[in-house]
Amino acid sequence: MRKLTHARHGPVFWARTVQTALLCLITMAMLGAGQSRFDRIGHELMCSCSCGQVLLECNHVGCPDSARMIDELRAQLATGNSDTQIQQWFVTKYGATVLAAPMRGGFDNVAWIVPIGVFLLATIGTFVVVWLWKRRALAMAASMPAVGGVLGEFPASQSNPQDAALRERIRRETEY
Amino acid sequence: MISHPMPEFGSYSLLLALIFTGYNLLVGGFALWGGSPSGLRITRRPEAVWNRIGETARRAGIASFVALCCAAFALVWAAFTNDFSVEYIRAHSNIALNPAYKFAALWSGQEGSLLLWAFLLSAYGFVLRVRHRVDVRLSAFASVILSGVQFFFVLLLCVGAPPFSTPPGPVPADGAGLNPLLQYPEMVMHPPLLYLGYVGFSVPFAFALGALMMRYPGEKWIHITRRWTMVTWLFLTVGIFMGAHWAYSVLGWGGYWGWDPVENASLMPWLTGTAFLHSVMMQEKRGMMKNWNVWLIFSTFLLTILGTLLTRSGAVASVHAFAQSAIGAWFYTFIVIAFAVCLFTFFFQRDHLKSENKLESLVSRESSFLFNNLILLVACFTVLWGTLFPVLSEYVQGSKVTVGAPFYNRVNIPIGLFLLFLTGIGPLLAWRSTSLRSIRRNFILPSIAMAATAIALMISGVRPWNDGDDMQSTLFSLVAFTLSAGVITAIVEEFLRGANVVRTQTGKNILSSTVLLVRRNTRRYGGYIIHFGIVVMFIGIAGGAFDQAREMEMSYGDTLSIGGYTLICRSITQDSTPNYDTNFAVLDEYHNGKFVKQLSPEKRTYFPGTDHEQPSTIVALHSTAQADLYTVFEGTNPDTGRPIIKVILHPLIAWIWIGVVIVVVGTFIALAPNLVRTAVRQRQEELAAVGHAPLGVPGVLAKVPHA
Repeated sequence: MRKLTHARHGPVFWARTVQTALLCLITMAMLGAGQSRFDRIGHELMCSCSCGQVLLECNHVGCPDSARMIDELRAQLATGNSDTQIQQWFVTKYGATVLAAPMRGGFDNVAWIVPIGVFLLATIGTFVVVWLWKRRALAMAASMPAVGGVLGEFPASQSNPQDAALRERIRRETEY
Repeated sequence: MISHPMPEFGSYSLLLALIFTGYNLLVGGFALWGGSPSGLRITRRPEAVWNRIGETARRAGIASFVALCCAAFALVWAAFTNDFSVEYIRAHSNIALNPAYKFAALWSGQEGSLLLWAFLLSAYGFVLRVRHRVDVRLSAFASVILSGVQFFFVLLLCVGAPPFSTPPGPVPADGAGLNPLLQYPEMVMHPPLLYLGYVGFSVPFAFALGALMMRYPGEKWIHITRRWTMVTWLFLTVGIFMGAHWAYSVLGWGGYWGWDPVENASLMPWLTGTAFLHSVMMQEKRGMMKNWNVWLIFSTFLLTILGTLLTRSGAVASVHAFAQSAIGAWFYTFIVIAFAVCLFTFFFQRDHLKSENKLESLVSRESSFLFNNLILLVACFTVLWGTLFPVLSEYVQGSKVTVGAPFYNRVNIPIGLFLLFLTGIGPLLAWRSTSLRSIRRNFILPSIAMAATAIALMISGVRPWNDGDDMQSTLFSLVAFTLSAGVITAIVEEFLRGANVVRTQTGKNILSSTVLLVRRNTRRYGGYIIHFGIVVMFIGIAGGAFDQAREMEMSYGDTLSIGGYTLICRSITQDSTPNYDTNFAVLDEYHNGKFVKQLSPEKRTYFPGTDHEQPSTIVALHSTAQADLYTVFEGTNPDTGRPIIKVILHPLIAWIWIGVVIVVVGTFIALAPNLVRTAVRQRQEELAAVGHAPLGVPGVLAKVPHA
C-alpha cells in the first residue's frame, strides 16, 4: 500500500498533473467570452481603407471609411442581430478581408485547428520520444553497467584529452 | 545641382565586392576540397599549397568588406550631398531632411536596406576572417559559406536592385523625402539593430554547416559560436523591441505589436534562435540533440531569408509597403538553393550527428529544454501559419482572408503563458534526473508565491468570473501575474541560495556575495537575469488587460478624465517648419487633483519635394512604472473644426521596456568571462605549486549547491 502511494505521487505523476491542469486552464481561457459587444466586434473587424488596422484602432487622418463603418456597426448592433449575422453583413458588404481573423467557418476553421493540432501532436510526440529514449537508456544501462564518462556526462569512450578541458568548462558553466 | 562621382564609385565598389566575394566562394571552396584527404589524394599537391590558396581566398573576403564599406559610404555621401541624380536618394531624401535621417536613408528603402544587409554580412565576415586562428579550417569553411550568402546579396545589388541607378533626364531640384513615419530617433537605430540580428545568424549557421561538412569532431564549434549567437540574439531582441516602442510612440494607435507580416518575420527567427540558445546547452553538456540543433540554426537562418522573401515579394500584404518590390524571384531561388545545401549536407553527414547520450528522465533539465523548444517552435509555427494562411486561403477558397491580432492573441497568449511556466520550472530541475525531494524543496516557495499572488489579485478585484465584459483577458492576466510571481521567486531563491554559500565561504555581506556569485558564473546567473527580464516583460504585457481609452473633441478649458487622471485643454496651436506643418494641443495633466506635467500631442503634415502631403502622428506620453498616459491628436472634426483627442491609460506598459533593459544587462553579464573563477583557479594552482593541497577539485564553486 505504501509502495503504491509512493508510486502514485512520483515526479512523473506530478509533472503530468501540472501539465494537465495547465492545459485545462488554457483551454478554459481560450473558450472565454470577450468584452462588450461593440468593443469585441469592433476589434474583430478591419478598417477597409487598406491601412491594415483594426476598425476601432484606425486613427489615420482623413480615413474615408472608419467613421462610416463604426456607424454601420452601431446600426447593426441596434438591429439586435447576432454577432455572426453582423459579421456576415460586413463580409457581404466589404469582402472576407474585413474580418480581422478567419471566422466564417468551413476552411477558415483550418486556421484555428492546425496550430492546436500541431501543439498537441508535438507535445504527444515529445512525450513518446522522451519515453523511448528513457527506455533505451535504461536498457543500455542494464547491458553496460560500467559505462560512465569522465565527467559523468559523456561516455568515457567519447572523451579525449583535448576535449576534457572544454567539457569541464562547459560543465561548470551549465551547472545548475 | 552639383554632380558627384559617388554613384560611379559606389557602383564600381559593388562590382569589386562581387568579384572578391566570388573569389572567396570559388577559390576558397576549391582550396578546402584540395586540402581534404580526398583532394590531396587526387591532386597530389602538398597541403601547404592548398593552405596558401585558401589564405588568398580569406584575404579576398576581407577585401570584399572594404569594397562594401566604400559602397555604403558612397550611398550615405550621396544622401548628405543631396545627390538627386541617384534615383534611390531622390525617392528617400530631400534637402530639408534632418542630417540624422539622411543617414537613415541608407536603410529606408529596398536597395539601401539590401546594401546594409550585404555590408553587415561582410562586417561579420571580416571579424570571422580576422579571428580565423581560433580554428583555421573550421573558420575557412564558415568563411566560404558566408561568402556564398554574401555573393547572393551583392549579385542582387549589382543586377536586381542597384542602389546607384541614375535615371536619364534632368536631375530633380529636390527629393521626395523620407517616409514621415521613419523620421523618429528610434528609426535611426531600429533597422540597423534588427539587421545586425538577422544577418548575424548567418555566422552560427555558417559554422554549423561548415562543422557538419567537415565532420568537425566534438562540440567546440558551439563554444566558438556561442558569443556570436548571443550577440546576434541580443541585437535581434533589442531591434524587435525598439521597433515595438517606435510603433507605440509614433503610430498613435495605442499598441506596440500589430502582428503585421514584417513584425512576424522578425519574430520567427527570434523564436527559433531562442530555442537554439537553450537546446545547444544539451549538446554542449551531454552530446545530445545534435540533429535538432543543426536544424534549429538552419531554420533560423532560412527564416531570416523567408521573412525577407515574404515581405518584399508582395506574397503577403503588409503595412510596411515601402519595402515591397519585384525581387521575390531572387529570394525564392536563394532559399531553395540554401535549403537544398542544408538538406544534402545533413543527409550525407547525418551519421556524424549521432547523440552520445539519451534522455534519462522526464523530470529533468533536458526534458524541460525539450519542452521549451517545443513551445518556442509551436509559437514560431503559429506565427508562420498565420502569416501564410491568407495565401493558402486564396489558393483553396479563391478569396483572401485577414489573419490579424485576434487570431495571434488567442493562439499565442496561451502558448506564451506555457512558456512562462517552463521558464520558471526549467532552472529548478537538475540535469539527468530530479529527485522528488529536490522537487519539493525547490518548488515549495514558488508555489507559495503563486498562490499568495493569485489570492491577493483576486482580493484586489482581478476576478475573471465576475468580469463579464473582459473575462478572457483578465483571466490571462491573472495567470500571467501568478506565474510571474512564481518564476521571480524561483530566480530570487536561486540567487539567495548561491549567495548564502558564498557568504559562508567569504564572510562578505549578502549583496557582495551575490555580486561575487554572479561574477563567478556569469553564464548561469546572466541567464537567470535574462529570464527575469522576460518575466518583467510578461508583467508589462499582462497589464494590457486593464487598458482604458477615451476620445473627445476638445477646445480651450475642456476637461477629460480617465482613471485617476484629468486632462485640461489649454490651447490648440499651429506651427510651421521647412519640413512640415503641425497642429498640436497643449493639455495640462492632473493626477488625483495635483498638477503633473503638460502634454502636447501633435499631428504633423509633411510636404517634402513634389510629393503629396503626408500626415504623421506625434504621441504625447507620460510614462510611469504604474501606467502610461498616452495622448493622441487624432485630427480635426471637419464639421466643428475642433480637435479630436484620444487618451489611453496603459497600466504597467513601461515594464515591457524595463524588461528589455534587464534582458540586455543579463546578456552582457552572460557574455562576460568568469573573472573571479580565473583568480580562484590561479590561487589553487599557486597553492598546488608550493606544495599545499588545492582548495578542492573542481574548486570553490563546486560547493555551491544546485538543484
